[in-house]
Amino acid sequence: MSLTATDIRNLCLASLVFAICALLPLGDQGYWLGLGVTIAMFTALATSWALFSGPTHYISLATAAFFGVGTYVTGLGIDTLPFWSLVGLAGVIGAVLAALVGLATLRLSGVYFVIFTLGLAELVRQVITWVQNNSGQKGLYVLTDLDEAGIYWWLLGLSAAVFLTGWLIGRSRLGFALRIIGDDETVAAHSGINTARAKVLLFMVPGAVAAMTGAILAPRYVYIEPSLAFAPILSFQVVIMALLGGASRLWGPVLGVIPFTFLLEAVSSNFPNQTTLVIGVAFLVIVYLLPGGFVGLMGRINRHLNTREGA
Amino acid sequence: MSTPVLSLRGVTKRFGGLVAVNAMDFDVAEREVVGLLGPNGSGKSTTLNLISGALPLTSGHVSLWGSRISGLPAQTITRKGVSRTFQLVRLLPSMNVRENVVAGAVFGHRRRWGQDAWDHADQLLDKVGLGGKGDMALGQLTYIDTKRVELARTLASDPKVLLLDEWLAGLNPTELQIGITLIKSLRDEGRTIILVEHVMDAIRSLCDRCVVMASGTKIAEGTPTQVLSDKEVIRAYLGDDDA
Repeated sequence: MSLTATDIRNLCLASLVFAICALLPLGDQGYWLGLGVTIAMFTALATSWALFSGPTHYISLATAAFFGVGTYVTGLGIDTLPFWSLVGLAGVIGAVLAALVGLATLRLSGVYFVIFTLGLAELVRQVITWVQNNSGQKGLYVLTDLDEAGIYWWLLGLSAAVFLTGWLIGRSRLGFALRIIGDDETVAAHSGINTARAKVLLFMVPGAVAAMTGAILAPRYVYIEPSLAFAPILSFQVVIMALLGGASRLWGPVLGVIPFTFLLEAVSSNFPNQTTLVIGVAFLVIVYLLPGGFVGLMGRINRHLNTREGA
Repeated sequence: MSTPVLSLRGVTKRFGGLVAVNAMDFDVAEREVVGLLGPNGSGKSTTLNLISGALPLTSGHVSLWGSRISGLPAQTITRKGVSRTFQLVRLLPSMNVRENVVAGAVFGHRRRWGQDAWDHADQLLDKVGLGGKGDMALGQLTYIDTKRVELARTLASDPKVLLLDEWLAGLNPTELQIGITLIKSLRDEGRTIILVEHVMDAIRSLCDRCVVMASGTKIAEGTPTQVLSDKEVIRAYLGDDDA
């Protein structure tokens, strides 16, 4: 399909927003840049998560598994390979891992899929711990000359790539197939859609992105070990942020990422022990008050205004 | 008779101890409209589900133009040109009327995408009597209109065989006449159709041939007049006293 005037305007607008965001390290190299890295990281993770979970309604808690695999790709390869190739390699490994997980589990529905993906991160972490114990090694040092600004630009670029991918998928037959699957899987199959293949293909996107995010962030940790790289809390944060913003639109998750990052930042600096509590409360608020996230809320307000105008 | 479009041989479906469909044999020729009749629970819808691939067969086989389609997943059977509606209308709630029809056009037997698919959907909406309603939400439709949307989606991939599962059920008398006229127009286009139906008027005016089932087994086959006067069929519907 060709580009309409609206498409071109949106593309220009998005490029402009990313260009402005890219200027952040020139203004501040400390606190704000640190927040910028966190926001860019969660934007990539939550947006790619919603690409799959938004249309299919499968809640994946596998983010930490892919992320951890990515950090280890950088950790193991940083002395022999250039950084950019490690990011690409992590993406390929993440996508392949996601395809394997998808083939094994996407036949499972609902809660079984959730539990499997949660277990996956734990499984990979245990395997790596076991390998490390046997090899006598405890963790990995990641020493590079990549500074905070460099990491920020990498993550920003990755986020832009995620948005572009999501936009292209949304216009493609695959995107249309996923909307049909999300509405009614029986109808999808009887319309000629290979539902299993479509779901596996799409699940590879968040897998690859999470692994690449991990690979990019590894230098920031300097020292990586399994409990840090595969922290399950990451998977939950991504889900909560994406749902808070709204998983039904491409730009939805970022609306959750920004306020939630500030909230977590404020809580962890003032009440460092209550972070988990905040995540729990946020989850309840979303479930009870904001079922469609901010996107859903905006939709409801819009409809409300329209009916009042019509009346 | 030349090679039938669709043929069922020994088609059987067991749910645990219950035999829902028992050794069904019948053929459907090209451009033929075959009615699948029988009392409630006789296995008509299950037979349709076995043909469309919604359920796997326990034994027997179904073939399309002589090549076996039973055992294939539903999406492959659809791509080979067998398209269906559902007993309880199934539409895609997040999409408008036109998108619901496009959904049938993109991945099926004959594939379209982009402007071609949108135009095709609009043509089909005109044909089923929903011209100009493409932008409407599903919630704004009457019951017969939801059935029309589903029919248009089913037609959107130019299927060779159309399976209609009680498409006329639940319509009021006026809508029923509209519905019969609509299916008649499909018949006049020369489509091959199997319809599961209870409405006798429709069966008489639409079907070339009928297959009657009772308790999962075929009990009669022939023209509508033949089967509706068959003693076995009357007994199945009304009980022994009236036969």
